[in-house]
Amino acid sequence: MDFDLSPEQAQLKDGVERLMAANYPSLEARQRIAGQPLGFSERGWAQFAEMGLLGIPFSEAEGGFGGGPVETLVVMEALGKGLALEPYLASVVLGGGALRLAGSAEQKQRLIPAVVDGSLRLALAQTEKQARYDLNDIAMTARKVEGGYVLDGAKSVVLSGDSAGLIVVSARTSGTRRDAEGISLFLVPADAPGLRITGYPTQDGGRAAEIAFAEVRVADADLLGEEGEGLPVLQRLSEYAIAALAAEAVGAMAALHALTVDYLKTRTQFGMPIGSFQVLQHRAVDMLIALEQARSMAFYAAMMIEHPEAQERAAALSAAKVQINRSCRLVGQEAVQLHGGIGMTMEYIGAHYFKRLTMIESLFGDTPHHLRRVAAADGLVA
Amino acid sequence: MDLRFTPEELAFRDEVRRFFRNEIPAEIRRKVSEGRGLTREDYVTSQRIMNARGWAVPHWPREWGGRDWTAIQRYIFTEEMLLAAVPLPQQFNCYMVGPVIAAFGLQAQKERHLARIANLDDWWCQGFSEPGAGSDLASLKTKAVREGDHYIVDGQKTWTTLGQHADWIFCLVRTDPAAKKQAGISFLLIDMKTPGITLRPIITLEGRHEVNEVFFDKVRVPAENLVGEENKGWDYAKFLLANERTGIARIGLSKERMARIKRLAQEMPAGEGTMWDDRDFRERFAGVEIELKALEITQMRVVAAQARDPGRPDPASSILKIKGSQLQQATTELLLEVAGPFALAAPERSAEPTNDWPFDHDWADAAAANYFNNRKVSIYGGSNEIQKNIIAKAVLGL
Repeated sequence: MDFDLSPEQAQLKDGVERLMAANYPSLEARQRIAGQPLGFSERGWAQFAEMGLLGIPFSEAEGGFGGGPVETLVVMEALGKGLALEPYLASVVLGGGALRLAGSAEQKQRLIPAVVDGSLRLALAQTEKQARYDLNDIAMTARKVEGGYVLDGAKSVVLSGDSAGLIVVSARTSGTRRDAEGISLFLVPADAPGLRITGYPTQDGGRAAEIAFAEVRVADADLLGEEGEGLPVLQRLSEYAIAALAAEAVGAMAALHALTVDYLKTRTQFGMPIGSFQVLQHRAVDMLIALEQARSMAFYAAMMIEHPEAQERAAALSAAKVQINRSCRLVGQEAVQLHGGIGMTMEYIGAHYFKRLTMIESLFGDTPHHLRRVAAADGLVA
Repeated sequence: MDLRFTPEELAFRDEVRRFFRNEIPAEIRRKVSEGRGLTREDYVTSQRIMNARGWAVPHWPREWGGRDWTAIQRYIFTEEMLLAAVPLPQQFNCYMVGPVIAAFGLQAQKERHLARIANLDDWWCQGFSEPGAGSDLASLKTKAVREGDHYIVDGQKTWTTLGQHADWIFCLVRTDPAAKKQAGISFLLIDMKTPGITLRPIITLEGRHEVNEVFFDKVRVPAENLVGEENKGWDYAKFLLANERTGIARIGLSKERMARIKRLAQEMPAGEGTMWDDRDFRERFAGVEIELKALEITQMRVVAAQARDPGRPDPASSILKIKGSQLQQATTELLLEVAGPFALAAPERSAEPTNDWPFDHDWADAAAANYFNNRKVSIYGGSNEIQKNIIAKAVLGL
């Protein structure tokens, strides 16, 4: 039992933190990056590739660097602390994860090197307007035709969906809307005929897209995994996303808590630092408790993510998301309150952490969704 | 980074688990699980079984019966004890006065007391709090005046847990009234049979006799019963309060109680089925379970850090007491909810279950009693508000 990073992991953490400090030295720098055409810095993305971050989850045989859950945790925590805008979650964790879990040898060989060197970005188009967080709720269809499939339907809030070159999309090859069976995954180039991608900014400074598919034709070779076997892959991706978001949230909460404590020490009212007031001290401690509980559950998520028992694993990841969400809510709200007026302004970086933490709550299952899942799983296994 | 125990640690856990479940009488463990009061005899029986195995005071120095266990082994040991609903070795003996005497006592004090403390031959209680000194402990007024080779002690202590069983009391007393607060306090060992000591029960809100007031009227205490140096008592008290924090969150106890709540909810009729079929209840249960899991890992982080670097304080340790007490209380709330209307009954037999209970849910009165009683856990040992003050200062630098 130990919670230490290996020397290599510590080096990775140090490297990503330094890159973040260099690229995101201020809120103004972040705003400039957000204002670039893709909503993030392509130079920054190239630096991710140079540092090897884009190859972390892939094995060396696949052309990656053979990192595990702890390496992803280290990177995501640093990205959270830096409030980074790069589509790491969308491209590496989700898109890359789909390739890794379901890709054929040919697909992996063809695509993973391009993901790793930064020339190809991926996105996962899964959520539909009626589906909320139910992974099986898929109305979009994929009709089998000679040599391939024809995709029809629409996907919502595709994270970083307007900057990806290749979209992983879930669609129904059989069954009806909420069936667990009959879901298949496809690789669709962003420039495929019949695809309409409408990008927009998100509340947390990132980008997402609505994607409409009108008779989009894909080849048999673009089927990702077995036909009709997509749901278990989506479930695994959701788990990976939760583990990654947990780490990102911890990084962001730690930074926001530090900002808040610093503010309490420097802001003077009634002739004294407001941090001398006990009622504010206790609230800062409540934030610390929420942060540390979240940190523990981010570790738990990292350590359970490769657990062989699917049911235990799912319950563990849901439990982690509940704790992360609750901590995000408390730390975010308290940070704004303890800052007072300045916390309400667009020009203050703390407000942007608050917004990102709030959006993390809504990604891959909110608190009621995951609480229900833990309850239905008959609780956590020791 | 690895959450798992080593094979050696797992073997140790299994050995400890077997011992607790096979050797400690089931009747005692049942009382602990149900939150019934234990008799003095129950405590003594359980602790002597542990002591015979060499496990009553594993955290003490080796020469006085300690085991040189790693922080991880100590953690496993305590958790298994709580999970098996085994009463902890008498706290005031084993975690408080014993380590203080072992660290700061005279050789004669060690030889006179330590073995008896470990075997619970002598029952010790704590004389710290006073009517006017609660969270502000250093404002205590009980005074000890040196007269020849004795101290004359006058004053009053309160909240003396299980003092009715006690043979000895360790006290913080003021020996230098001129010194400022903490500086004039000494640590004194007092035989409860000494003339001038009176003990008066305080019945806590659930109806049990758990705490007491202790009055000292010109009590003559041999000077040889001073621990360490005169006026240095506050240092020893701080050492005592910092001692053995790993068990403070009582995770194992809360887990054991959660398992019991689940069992009772599955038996408790509600609507067409049982309480366990109620989604809202299940979600409330899951909510507590999740926080408990998070705290368990927080505790493991603290233990792992201690194992690696025993001297370094870990900020995460400071949250264990606050969150641990909140979760203990949350479990008693869930149990109260399962008991429902049956929690109203308050027969005069809260210490002992009987067989003539007029309805099926013969555990329900203890559910309410324990809910009431457990409000104490966020008050004692430094209230949660005091803990927050400490964290704000020591960890956040506010």
